Order: sequence, then structure tokens, then C-alpha cells
Amino acid sequence: MNNSNQINIAEHSEGMSLVVRTIARWVKSFIFIFGLYIVFYGHLTPGGGFAGGVIICCSFILVLLAFGKERAFKRLSLERAGALDSIGALGFLLVAVAGIFFAGTFFVNWLSVPAAGSINSLLRKIGVGEFRLLSAGTIPVNNIWIAIKVCASMYLVFALLAMLRINDDTQEDL
Amino acid sequence: MNVETITIIFLAFIVIGSLIAIETPNLLSAVVCLGVVDIGFTILFLLLKAPDIAITQMVVEVVCLIILIRATVNRDKSADTGERKLFGLMTTGAIIIILFMFIMNVVPLFGEFGNPIFTRVENAPSQTYLSKCLEDTGAANAVSAVILDYRGYDTLGEATILFASVIGAIALLRKKPRKKINEPDESDSLSVVKDE
Repeated sequence: MNNSNQINIAEHSEGMSLVVRTIARWVKSFIFIFGLYIVFYGHLTPGGGFAGGVIICCSFILVLLAFGKERAFKRLSLERAGALDSIGALGFLLVAVAGIFFAGTFFVNWLSVPAAGSINSLLRKIGVGEFRLLSAGTIPVNNIWIAIKVCASMYLVFALLAMLRINDDTQEDL
Repeated sequence: MNVETITIIFLAFIVIGSLIAIETPNLLSAVVCLGVVDIGFTILFLLLKAPDIAITQMVVEVVCLIILIRATVNRDKSADTGERKLFGLMTTGAIIIILFMFIMNVVPLFGEFGNPIFTRVENAPSQTYLSKCLEDTGAANAVSAVILDYRGYDTLGEATILFASVIGAIALLRKKPRKKINEPDESDSLSVVKDE
């Protein structure tokens, strides 16, 4: 293989070159935090669970590409990603089913939406009320579940495809 | 230059990129052309004032591009057989002509650019969503209010589709014990899955 030094992450557990690893070490946390912002403010600003989940997933993919699979699987192993995938899907469904018990209808927004006048200044200061973080009932909760689910799904698919490549490489090398 | 002209330019750009992506014999070039098409879509969504979709499109595009490049590098084999049957060609032409006749009839119904149909119809649901979403759900972002509150079933369906596709990917690509070195059959990589 000509370019196995750069892209093959199986044989070289230390991953890519020093430049890429240094940049990745700096950037990965910022990508993660930006993804969290997109998820948590999804009901106030453009964004939401799908976009934020994929951004969070990007930070894990960056670690996987730059540092190799041992170090990436130490952070988020395939088993744990599969579990997170199921947890996200079940949580989303659970919020939907909880609507039956709390408000009588499937998928109803059962967390109360506070009216504009009923919020006093203390609550507004800690972030409750319209245009604040804790508003819109179940929407931010669902955003978080979807983000977990999407992040784990994309990571799983990427890791599996990358490992399929590696198997092919070793077979072609023989 | 108004928005409509820019939109048409970008749409032409996207169509050309897609055609190149389909026709080029090199897989890696096709993937790169697909990235160009996705960038065009992202800019188009931004121009048409849909930042939510632009963010999602941008991020998903980047990840998909990385995945596709990882999957296609070094596997550069053309699937083009080089021959095309006359019947298939004529069917394609007929379908394209019918499609164009359909579009010619449909396009006038859309009306002027920048004047969407829901502003011209009385009591359109979109108007209700826009005017009532803050009061009904408390969410400042109308897009989030629609996809997670008014149209929650759709989002649940999307999540289910993603879940099922990941299950399919795991079933196809799972890590099985590798073949022994001396085993003769090296042709198809999926036989690894079948053996165990």
C-alpha cells in the first residue's frame, strides 16, 4: 500500500502525523462543546438534536482518525456506542410514551409551558421562561435524546466502515 | 442580482456536479463531486433562509464525505460496463420527456418566487405554526417546535429509520474472526461474515 502511512489506522496505532495529532488535541474539545451548544440551544437558535449529535460525533471521529483506534475506543468503545444508540432511541420513545400518562395523548408536550406572566424574576434569572434555556417543555429533552442517538449511530457506522477497510487491506497485502 | 438568479446559478451548479459524479469512472472523483454538490446545497439553504437545515446539511455532508472517502480510497474500480442497450436508452428518453411535460404543467402553479403558497391560501397550517408556535410550545425556534412538537411522529419515524439502518450496517459489517492466511478464497470480503 502506498499511502498506508497516512490513512491506515490499524497497523499504526499512533495514528496520523504529528501535525494532525497536535491540531486534533487542541480542536477536539472545542468541537465537542460546540456540539453541546447546538443541542442544548436547539429550541432557541438554529440547530437541534440531529445537527448537534453529528457535530459531537465529529469530535470522536477526529480522535479516531488522528490518534488511531485504540485511543478512540478507550473513549467510546463500539459496545458502549451501541448501548448509547439504543438508550437514545428508547429515551426518545419514553418521553413520547410518558405523554400518555401525564397528559393523556401520545407525543404530547407534557412538561408544562410556563405562561409569560407567571415567571418571577428569580426563576427567570436561573433560566426558566420564554426565550430561556428551560422552556418549550419536552423539546430540549427530546433534542438531547436524539443527539445521543445520532452521535452513537454515526460513530458506529464510521468505525465499522473503517474497520472493514482494514480487513480488506490486510487481505490485499497477502 | 436578485436571489432568484443566484438560486438558479447554484441549482445549475448542483446539477452539473451530480452529472459529473454519476458519469466519472473514478470513484474518488465521484465522491469529491458529491461533496461539491453538498456544498452547493448548503449555500442554497443559507440563501433561502433555512439555517437549521444548512447546519445539518453541512455537518452530515462532512461526515459522509469522510466515511465515503475512507470507504472508496484504494478501491478504485469502475462499475461501468461500457455498453448501453437501445431499449434502455429509449426508456430513459421517454421518462425524461414525460417528466418535463409534467414539470411544465406544475411550475406555473407555484407562483412568483419569494411568494410561497402558504401566504396565499387562507388558514394554511404553516401560518398557524408560525403565529402560534411560541404560545403553544414555548420554543423560540419554530423549526424545532415543528419537528419535535407538532410533527413529533415524523421525527420518531426518522429516528427509527436511523436505528434500523445502523442495525443493518452492524449486521453487514460486524467484526468476525478473520480468515486464515492460507485459505484460498480471497475474492469477496463478505464471505468472512458467512463463514462463522
